[in-house]
Amino acid sequence: MLYFSKIKIILILIISLVISYFTLSNFVKFDDEIFKRKINLGLDLLGGSYLLLEVDNNPVITQKIQSKSLELKKLMKEEDIFFNNLVLINNEITFSTDDKSKESLIKLLDDDDSEFNPYYPNFKSHEFDIFIENNNIVLKYSDYGLVLLKNSSLDQAIEIVRRRVDELGTNEPNIVKRGNNRILVELPGLDDPARIKNLLGKTANLTFQFVSQKKEETFGTEKIKYDGDDSKDEIISKRIIISGENLTDAKPSMNNQTNETVVVFNLDRVGAKKFAKATTTGVGKQLAIILDNKIISAPTISEAIVGGSGQITGNFTFQTATDLALLLRSGALPAPLEIIEERTVGPDLGKDSIKAGVISLIIGFTLVISFMIYKYKIFGFIANFTLIVNLFLLIGILTLFQATLTLPGIAGIILTVGMAVDANVLIFERIKEELKDENNKLIAFDSGYTKSRTTILDANVTTLIAATILFFMGSGPVKGFSITLGVGILTTLFSVYFIARILTSLYVVKNKEKEKLI
Amino acid sequence: MKHLYFNKYFKSASILSTVLIIISIAFLIIKGLNFGVDFKGGTLIELRNNDNNISISNIRDSFNQMNLKGVTVKQFGNDTDYIIKFQSPEVQSSTYINNLKSSLKNNLSASLEFRRVENVGPKVSSELLRSGVIAISLSLFAMLLYIWIRFEWQFSLGAIVALFHDVILTLGIFSVFSLEINLSIVAAVLTIVGYSMNDTVVIYDRVRDNLRRYVNIKIFELSNTSINETLSRTIITSLTTLLALLSIYLFGGEILKGFSFAMILGVIFGTYSSIYIACPVLVSLNVSQKTILREDKDKN
Repeated sequence: MLYFSKIKIILILIISLVISYFTLSNFVKFDDEIFKRKINLGLDLLGGSYLLLEVDNNPVITQKIQSKSLELKKLMKEEDIFFNNLVLINNEITFSTDDKSKESLIKLLDDDDSEFNPYYPNFKSHEFDIFIENNNIVLKYSDYGLVLLKNSSLDQAIEIVRRRVDELGTNEPNIVKRGNNRILVELPGLDDPARIKNLLGKTANLTFQFVSQKKEETFGTEKIKYDGDDSKDEIISKRIIISGENLTDAKPSMNNQTNETVVVFNLDRVGAKKFAKATTTGVGKQLAIILDNKIISAPTISEAIVGGSGQITGNFTFQTATDLALLLRSGALPAPLEIIEERTVGPDLGKDSIKAGVISLIIGFTLVISFMIYKYKIFGFIANFTLIVNLFLLIGILTLFQATLTLPGIAGIILTVGMAVDANVLIFERIKEELKDENNKLIAFDSGYTKSRTTILDANVTTLIAATILFFMGSGPVKGFSITLGVGILTTLFSVYFIARILTSLYVVKNKEKEKLI
Repeated sequence: MKHLYFNKYFKSASILSTVLIIISIAFLIIKGLNFGVDFKGGTLIELRNNDNNISISNIRDSFNQMNLKGVTVKQFGNDTDYIIKFQSPEVQSSTYINNLKSSLKNNLSASLEFRRVENVGPKVSSELLRSGVIAISLSLFAMLLYIWIRFEWQFSLGAIVALFHDVILTLGIFSVFSLEINLSIVAAVLTIVGYSMNDTVVIYDRVRDNLRRYVNIKIFELSNTSINETLSRTIITSLTTLLALLSIYLFGGEILKGFSFAMILGVIFGTYSSIYIACPVLVSLNVSQKTILREDKDKN
């Protein structure tokens, strides 16, 4: 165990130096692409906001199944299939048919090539499950169909969230999917997330609809309240003239005539045409601008607007107009989002945490190395040198993989300092025992290393198991702890079995005549 | 080093541990744990007050006026820092924390500094609690499996009993003193599991070694010899780990206090249990060279 070939020593040196170099790149500015890396600081150290959003998919499912039932009706009429009592209950389409149509209906719905109800061979599932009892048919989303639907609505939502966050110009936001209905938003450096929460909490469904004049409307009417004033409402026609999808741009502006802050918007071609037609025929009527089922304003049309652009009035401040324009530019969310977890750390607390973490690391480190020198003298130096290399390796690897360092992560590093000496202690104690019955010092040292090997392996694997489980089950700062703890074990084993062993063998070979070695 | 007779106290230690475990379980059942917002849900605010004219009772009054449920205000480390916790309102708008901040600044002082705000919804908190319980159970199970693979089942049983002892006693103390259980405590418990196992494995390894070597020595004597042979390592490693933890506890800031305290308890219990729980279990299961030889034969 004590013999090292030259090549091995050189290899170990190179690995150690290269990884240690990465540690330095946290403190020194390198221009090089690779060596420019730095450890990511977690939000608890950097300060910032962590928001967990949940997509409420129920409205999406309801909407989707409604349009599917219309599609089905049309399809069955085309194919001359008899159906009766087609209704939607609890997001299930139910209807009855007769014996004659049943077969072609099953072919329409249950075939592998069915266009209405696509089959996904990978998942051995259609989009809809079909239940047939006598002549009663029930169509229900299959588990996979539901997953597919949720995923696509989540993908849309995440895209919109990204646009809204980007529009605010926050520093390196991190926006990722969590499960099949959640979005994680991390905003480093943001200590007051009020505005962004406000923006993310809005679906931003914009529609232009006429205020109803007659009692009888072909499309029906509904009562909608004004935004910010629950006591006022209007009867609104259900016919949608244009919606947010037709907008190509929106920005806040000042109306020169009224000195009001307004939001100016541009429409796409289809939208411009519709808008022109509606405003031409509707001069004198009130056109309501509705956002998320609340009326922003309902101005009277004084003249036809044919240029494909217009403005939204309402009691805006510059801030609210900016936000509305931003929402309109980024588009509507497919479903409402709910903020189910929020953690915000101010920049001062983050700085204090870093300071406290570094101070306790220095103190803990000093205590441990002093103790080791007191206990093992020259071998204490070896163990301590190993410990320093170990720390460089640990931080180097964290930098190399650009891991996120959190406050518990710093605690993990300090804990590694305390526990890393264990392997060396096990070896040194074993060597001491071997020296009792063995006169040849080299053999005693060699078997000390050999005999303690399984123990060290077993002992470290147990902590590694705990760290791994924590990595997969934990979240946020705690995950940072599991990373430093786990990587710390690996670097400890490397530094003890290579660095410390080389040093020990060099020392022992030189001083083998000495009476008391350890 | 002198030969010490740990085995003289095996019986009394077992009785002591059993009593302590029963007391801990009783506390855990009757009094329960003091869950923080991570696991109970709710809102936590860390506040720094730079105005000498404002006292803790001013802050408390101000929060009590706001029609919130279950408000607690506590000093946090410095004289100027406070932790305020309360249940989140059932229907909350996205601006509710902001409204709260501004009304607080109006009532008290504009120089209040909001250092930290955490708001955990009921769905998330119950999920976090569940995944915490799963993580701890999973780690205990993984340890059991690992030791079973590496040793005989008797050792596996002894190690697991020792682990349970450490975890339950640590949680018991948290229950007795109503210390807060949050996510970092789960991390601490998992690390305790790893550390305690580490300590037990070192002694068990030596027991197995000695079992192979000596035919005639009974496990009662043999475990004592093994404990003695590994004692200086046990002491040194516990000491260096405790030194590191102590420096986190004293200098690492308020946020890491609970975590490092749990770890300190765990290291003490873990060291104790490797000697006084793990070894007596081997003795009471009457482990002998035969146990080991059977295992060795299986491997060949």
